[in-house]
Amino acid sequence: MLGKLTIDALPFYSWVAMAGAGVTVGGGLLVVAIITYLGAWRYLWTEWLTSVDHKKIGIMYIVLALVMLIRGFIDAIMMRAQQAFALNSDGYLPPEHFEQIFTSHGTIMVFFMAMPFLTGLFNIVAPQQIGARDVAFPFMNSISLWLTAAGAGLVLVSLVIGKFSTAGWTGYPPYSGIEFNPGVGVDYWLWALLVSGVGSTMTGINFVVTILKKRAPGMTLMRMPMFAWTTLVVSILIAFSFPALTVVAIQLGLDRYLGFHFFTNGDGGNMMNFANLLWIWGHPEVYILILPAFGVYSEVVATFSGKRLFGYDSLVYATGCIGILSFTVWLHHFFTMGSSANVNAFFGIATMIIAVPTGVKVFDWLFTMFRGRIVFHPSMYWTIGFIVTFVIGGVSGVLLALPPADYLMHNSTFLVAHFHNMLIPGALFGYLAGMNYWFPKAFGFKLDETWGIRAFWFWIIGFYLAFMPLYVLGFMGMVRRMEHYNVPEWQPYLVVAAIGAVFVLVGIFCIAMQLYVSVRDRAQAVDTTGDPWNGRTLEWATSSPPAPYNFAIIPKVEDIDAFADMKRRGVVGAKPERYEDITMPKNTAAGVFLGAGGFVLGFAMIWHIWWLAALCLVAAVAILIMRASNDDDEFTIPAAEVEAIESKRQHSTLKLPTDQPEPGVDPAGKQPMPGNI
Amino acid sequence: MAIADTHPAHEEPAVHLGGGEEFEEREFGFWLYLMTDAVIFALLFATYVVMSGNIAAGPDAKSLFSLPHTAGETLLLLCSSITFGFATLASLAGQSGRVIQWLIVTMLLGAGFVAMEIIEFAGMISAGAGPGTSGFLSAFLTLVGTHGLHVSLGIVGIAVMAVQVSIKGLTNPVRSRLYRLGLFWHFLDIIWIGIFSVVYLPGVM
Repeated sequence: MLGKLTIDALPFYSWVAMAGAGVTVGGGLLVVAIITYLGAWRYLWTEWLTSVDHKKIGIMYIVLALVMLIRGFIDAIMMRAQQAFALNSDGYLPPEHFEQIFTSHGTIMVFFMAMPFLTGLFNIVAPQQIGARDVAFPFMNSISLWLTAAGAGLVLVSLVIGKFSTAGWTGYPPYSGIEFNPGVGVDYWLWALLVSGVGSTMTGINFVVTILKKRAPGMTLMRMPMFAWTTLVVSILIAFSFPALTVVAIQLGLDRYLGFHFFTNGDGGNMMNFANLLWIWGHPEVYILILPAFGVYSEVVATFSGKRLFGYDSLVYATGCIGILSFTVWLHHFFTMGSSANVNAFFGIATMIIAVPTGVKVFDWLFTMFRGRIVFHPSMYWTIGFIVTFVIGGVSGVLLALPPADYLMHNSTFLVAHFHNMLIPGALFGYLAGMNYWFPKAFGFKLDETWGIRAFWFWIIGFYLAFMPLYVLGFMGMVRRMEHYNVPEWQPYLVVAAIGAVFVLVGIFCIAMQLYVSVRDRAQAVDTTGDPWNGRTLEWATSSPPAPYNFAIIPKVEDIDAFADMKRRGVVGAKPERYEDITMPKNTAAGVFLGAGGFVLGFAMIWHIWWLAALCLVAAVAILIMRASNDDDEFTIPAAEVEAIESKRQHSTLKLPTDQPEPGVDPAGKQPMPGNI
Repeated sequence: MAIADTHPAHEEPAVHLGGGEEFEEREFGFWLYLMTDAVIFALLFATYVVMSGNIAAGPDAKSLFSLPHTAGETLLLLCSSITFGFATLASLAGQSGRVIQWLIVTMLLGAGFVAMEIIEFAGMISAGAGPGTSGFLSAFLTLVGTHGLHVSLGIVGIAVMAVQVSIKGLTNPVRSRLYRLGLFWHFLDIIWIGIFSVVYLPGVM
């Protein structure tokens, strides 16, 4: 009846695991209690959970990302603490538990922190930037969100019921095969990836169609804001790479569940194929995480330098090049697997080439700041911190791209330092910059800057303390994922790294304080016009928070930086002759149900509760068929109501400096002059 | 110019498949979905090609594949694509009864294909050539089985659409769904041609 699920699945085997389970269950109960105390269930259900509004979906994605950031960080600081103490001793974590922690840390940070964070930013910002009222497929958007949440839920549940995978976030066979890993851990990992991966694929399709088909009139591709460009390129990458993850996860699942021989040691299995398939998804994934942050930096740096982005065209082409090249470098993740020297050389060179467009971008941002009137907003701190730190990570990456050097550094802490050096500044800092930048757009009031800047300093100092020692340790021969060690020379560096993790902890606390203080003092930081930073792109033309339809009248776009252009022409807030009815999608609970179905399906498969899994599949198909037969999924906001909403709003009165021509703009026309900044 | 000159003076109005402008986004999105599905099949093909020699002392392709059987499957599936085309033509002419008839024929042909595939797989498994026998058979059954699963889902889709046409008639949303389902069905035909050429033909050579 319950498959493999018995009372033994509860974590009574170690006090650390019990504490983790306790925190998870306690946290969940606390949230439930608070919502019940506030009597907010109905509000939450009708206004948020069942919403298909892209802005609300975006906010829910980011809430999920922040919750999972905390969970993933707890894993990180536990590992740093273990390694700081575990010289010639066992530390406080048994090996089996330590392995679960590094696996869940990687899985959570990639799939359930970074992916929801960037998807949330896409949702909140991209449709507004292109002057659209919604995404192309609002209902599918809701399904994507709830499938992602279902995957995150599976990882969280693994802390309470059963164990998580011990095979690392990449789950290489044959260790992750049934022969060496008969428990439920790898299955938790597999189903979390599968369920959320389907959601991500749909997000990719959704945003490609949104950006290609729903742009405002006049918004040609080469007039799109950079963040919209990165959204487009990343969505294409998602749509074309996530199927590879689905394939490899299904193949490993078939090996584990039905005794197939895709990746087994014997009987004609080929475990090298796993590495290939996984990284055909995995390397584009790196750019899926990083490019949205590049988009954020491009917006932030232009706005807070008071200038048009330097080298817009080159940034677009660099983004496109990175998108294409990201599919040609996957083999550099396993140079040591034994491909021929020529194959390794090809991928090594491709890897080095990809540094070129990235370098172009760095120069573009620097030149945008050059002679700009820089405003030191927290998101600008994150941006500058990123530029400096990311270049260091890039240099270590080019070093690793040399196959002979990689043979020495592969699997060492040098590698760990490298990819954290890329992903923390190159992804997370960007998302946090985006959160600081677009928060007033989403909620109608600004985030507190003092706590934002404190968060930045603790994060960046913590980052350097935590990861620079790992570069050194890599050269000293320390391999990654060590539960204990017996080389006394390593310990001082590991202690420094642990101190770095504590700094990051304070940084996370500062972010929490920033949110708390901002909500408390929101009356003083209200964004009345929707344009708090003298912004340049169309999302600042809507009110903050935007009306459900974003734009009462779809704007006509005549230039890059459409909103700056509108301000220059003095047409912001111009009253239309008359308003029109606006059709919007109705809310639906089907997305929540499908997400719940995905969660229960995964859980049932993990514990071999076959009847429940079959039930979930049938229910999901039934919901989809019912939904596919429903032609009544929209409602109309009458023109009078639109007018009532619009008549209440204030428009931006900010002006770009018009006494002198915009830097980089020919006074006679609107084209940037070559070489002019 | 020469091409333009050959056009008849009274040009026929362009034929609009699908549900019209309102559904353009959905139809474009469906094309994108098909691309993601194509990636899945591409990787399953690649896996098969890599593993087709890994027979691990089990039976090889030559002893398992029967070209006449596969030819029968191919015939059924290709014919079903034609009959789906007839359904589409009937929908353009607004003949909902015809549409339903052709959809039912398509469904039967598809079901025949799936039945033949199940017979093939069952025969292999009972002869000790199941997916657990070798890497080759794992890759073979996954690739061909994934295609078969798609065809089965397509049959469910056709059934749903036949019901929708009979209840709602050929409204724009229904036309759009029918058009997308057609894309899916023809796409599976193309995949099958790939399977026939990459899996079965080299296998029996």
